[in-house]
Amino acid sequence: MDFGPHLLLATLEGAVTAAILALTAMGLSIVFGVMRVVNVAHGEFYMLGAVIAWFIATSLGAHPAIGFVAALLLAPLAVGAIAAVSDRLILSRIDYDPERTIVATIGLLYIIQQATLMTFGPDARPVEPPFNHRIALPWVEWGDGGLALYWPWGLSITSYKLFIIGAAAVVLTGIWLVMTRTRFGLIMRATQQDREMAMVFGVPVDRTFAYVFGLGAGLAAIGAVLVVPVQQAHYLMGHDPLLLSFIVVIIGGLGSLPGTVIAAILIGMTDGIISVFFSPTLAKIIATLAVAMVLVFRPQGLMGKASR
Amino acid sequence: MAAVTLLETRALTKTFGGVAANSNIDLTLHEGQTMALIGPNGAGKSTFVGLLCGRFPATSGQVFFKGQDISKMPAHKRIALGIAYTFQITSVFANLPVRENVALAARRGGKLGEAAVQDKAMAALARVGIADRADQIAGDLSYGHQRVLEIAMGLVQTPKLFILDEPTQGLSESEVNDFVSLINSLTGQTTILLIEHNMDVVMRTAETITVLNFGEVLASGTPTEIRANEAVQAAYLGTSDA
Amino acid sequence: MTDRAKSYTLHVGIVVLLAVLFFVLPAYHVGNLARIMVLAVYAIGYNLLFGYTGLLSLGHALFFAAGMYGFGMSIHLWGTPTALALVLGGLSGLVVAGIVGFLALRTRDVAFMIVTLMFAQAGYLTILYFGPTTRGDEGFVVSDAGRTLFGLDLSDEATRYWAALVLLATALLGTAALVKSRLGRALIAVRENEERAQMLGYDTTRLKYIAVVLSGTLSAVAGAAYAILFGYVGGTFATVQYSIFPLLWVLLGGAGTTIGPLIGVIFMFYLIDISSGFTDAYMFIAGVALLILCLFAPQGIAGEIRRRGLKWLP
Repeated sequence: MDFGPHLLLATLEGAVTAAILALTAMGLSIVFGVMRVVNVAHGEFYMLGAVIAWFIATSLGAHPAIGFVAALLLAPLAVGAIAAVSDRLILSRIDYDPERTIVATIGLLYIIQQATLMTFGPDARPVEPPFNHRIALPWVEWGDGGLALYWPWGLSITSYKLFIIGAAAVVLTGIWLVMTRTRFGLIMRATQQDREMAMVFGVPVDRTFAYVFGLGAGLAAIGAVLVVPVQQAHYLMGHDPLLLSFIVVIIGGLGSLPGTVIAAILIGMTDGIISVFFSPTLAKIIATLAVAMVLVFRPQGLMGKASR
Repeated sequence: MAAVTLLETRALTKTFGGVAANSNIDLTLHEGQTMALIGPNGAGKSTFVGLLCGRFPATSGQVFFKGQDISKMPAHKRIALGIAYTFQITSVFANLPVRENVALAARRGGKLGEAAVQDKAMAALARVGIADRADQIAGDLSYGHQRVLEIAMGLVQTPKLFILDEPTQGLSESEVNDFVSLINSLTGQTTILLIEHNMDVVMRTAETITVLNFGEVLASGTPTEIRANEAVQAAYLGTSDA
Repeated sequence: MTDRAKSYTLHVGIVVLLAVLFFVLPAYHVGNLARIMVLAVYAIGYNLLFGYTGLLSLGHALFFAAGMYGFGMSIHLWGTPTALALVLGGLSGLVVAGIVGFLALRTRDVAFMIVTLMFAQAGYLTILYFGPTTRGDEGFVVSDAGRTLFGLDLSDEATRYWAALVLLATALLGTAALVKSRLGRALIAVRENEERAQMLGYDTTRLKYIAVVLSGTLSAVAGAAYAILFGYVGGTFATVQYSIFPLLWVLLGGAGTTIGPLIGVIFMFYLIDISSGFTDAYMFIAGVALLILCLFAPQGIAGEIRRRGLKWLP
């Protein structure tokens, strides 16, 4: 393939990565923004979403589309519920102390991961996509008769991957509407700005936190259910999304929602494009160091506002 | 007493997000002098002493200590030059014993052996009257005793300039009296800059008073002059409950 | 007995006890203890920064691996004499900690944790990237010549045990002395109230930097010792897992206590040793242990002992 079509392919793959990443990172960002804690177990909630999706899809045994839709509805709810319960049982009891929360969520990470290993096993298992048509893509070429369209071999995307991008956009719009137009969104924003003041005005901060933690985990799970037809479910699959989400949330400015989406697109696309052209390991090294440097020299993130 | 200048500020200015907390403050403090810094809440007193000891950088202007420009110096170096500072909001090492709190202050600089450090710490605690509590955990002390501990942490450094930010806040009447005699016993050896709301304490300790209002120096002079100053009366004394 | 004498007796007593255990315990446990002692040195290094200075790093595997690879690679690639390779291992840790400290200390709290995590991750990926040289995750075995120091064969069970004990004793007595020293007390002051320490005239930035470098170097020494005593160098030791382990050990044993790290490693080692007898998912136990600690004993085992009576415990 020539450079041009190759780049187009990389961009499309990058857009799929970006869509999933935006959902997962949005979950982490909301939790950080409202609760001011870093949830290290976020990647495991993602993994749980994928694994539960597999359980639902296989136990239904019906048409792949039915299994997938059921998983898309139920898995995030289940994961959200698990997260909300962990918030009540653990995080609320350590008063959301930032450092102890990190330690506690590391504990949670191991428990979820290893519990999955004990039940789901060490194998990677696929979920069948509801639909999956190969769509060949054209490229323009300057030929004998001027500009001409042609279909290079290998330049294609599946309808399902396009669906991922669309679905992520729909969910993110939904989240934005919830944050700006609903009472729950108002409560979240009030708590984010001043927790004590919110409490004074009768906001049930405790319950809000449980919902927010559940919502954050649920978003990761949606991302995972969407991804599992193209990337199999595995008990260690939460590691990379966690790291990438961290990166996105930091670059986007901790707790800034528009920043998170923009950074997810930026990182997802770059990751997709770089790993098509370079060694993925080198790409990761560069990305990781770049993020560390952003935190060191511009702690408010690239899009965040300076605190002073 | 020969008027040797110990501390001088020139056009010291601090703005927070465009709002001036201190603007163009010129102030001179002579060696051995006790000066009170007064003014209504929000007049910029704590900001000003914060600038003196480098808790945050000044936006513009200079600070001279013993003739040396210390405007760009980090806080710890200024303290090492002989400036001691007590916090407005009590800030002790709450999980450490009272004795170790003071010992930490005495140990810095590294000239004394550990035995001498401990002796000095105990002497400072005795001077403020809490030597019997030396082995308690600082966080378990009453609020008044924690304030007094802060003062001991300053005293033990035998500072050239001792800055106290509202030291009598929350003290009982007898503790306030002890504090006044303590400050008066330092007169001559230590230069003192005292932020104080309690006008009785100010009148009993200070030789000069500087009044800040809206981040600017409104007046400066002896207690009698300040009492007579109409601008001060209008801005501060008249509205104060002191 | 003064507190100082009590503390001295305690530390010397522990070293003597470990020496006696060599003659009493069956071979299996002697082997375990040798490993435990080296890991405890790593934990002691971590505790200097986390327990005594109050800085939570999530990237100490970088320092452990720097020591391990600094030692291992110089033997593997250039056949450097063992003693010199050990020094190179420690030096790698010193240099890496110097750089990481310089950058990471510009941040604080959660950002500090994430920055150290990121640096460690970059370090691990670098080991993978140079896989043809470092042998990546698979790792490599240290040559027999590389495991002979001053004529002593460190692959021998008994020699290994005594070498580990000497190292642990040095680290343990060293920290016990350090935390009572001027420097140690100043580090504790930074942990307890950094702003107050600064306003007492302490250069807290410099103190924190010293703590990172000391802690990183000691962790690297532990890494190099691990490589020489157990004859293996591998990428696993640079993973996030190995950054979290010392945090776990120190929290479990008691952060900011001299004996906590050793207690934590022993506890965790046998917890995993026993539980891996009946499940592959032995990290489950570690997770539960972390949660229980976080909820009920945030000060760890030695911290609880100190709180409940032995106030002199250093």
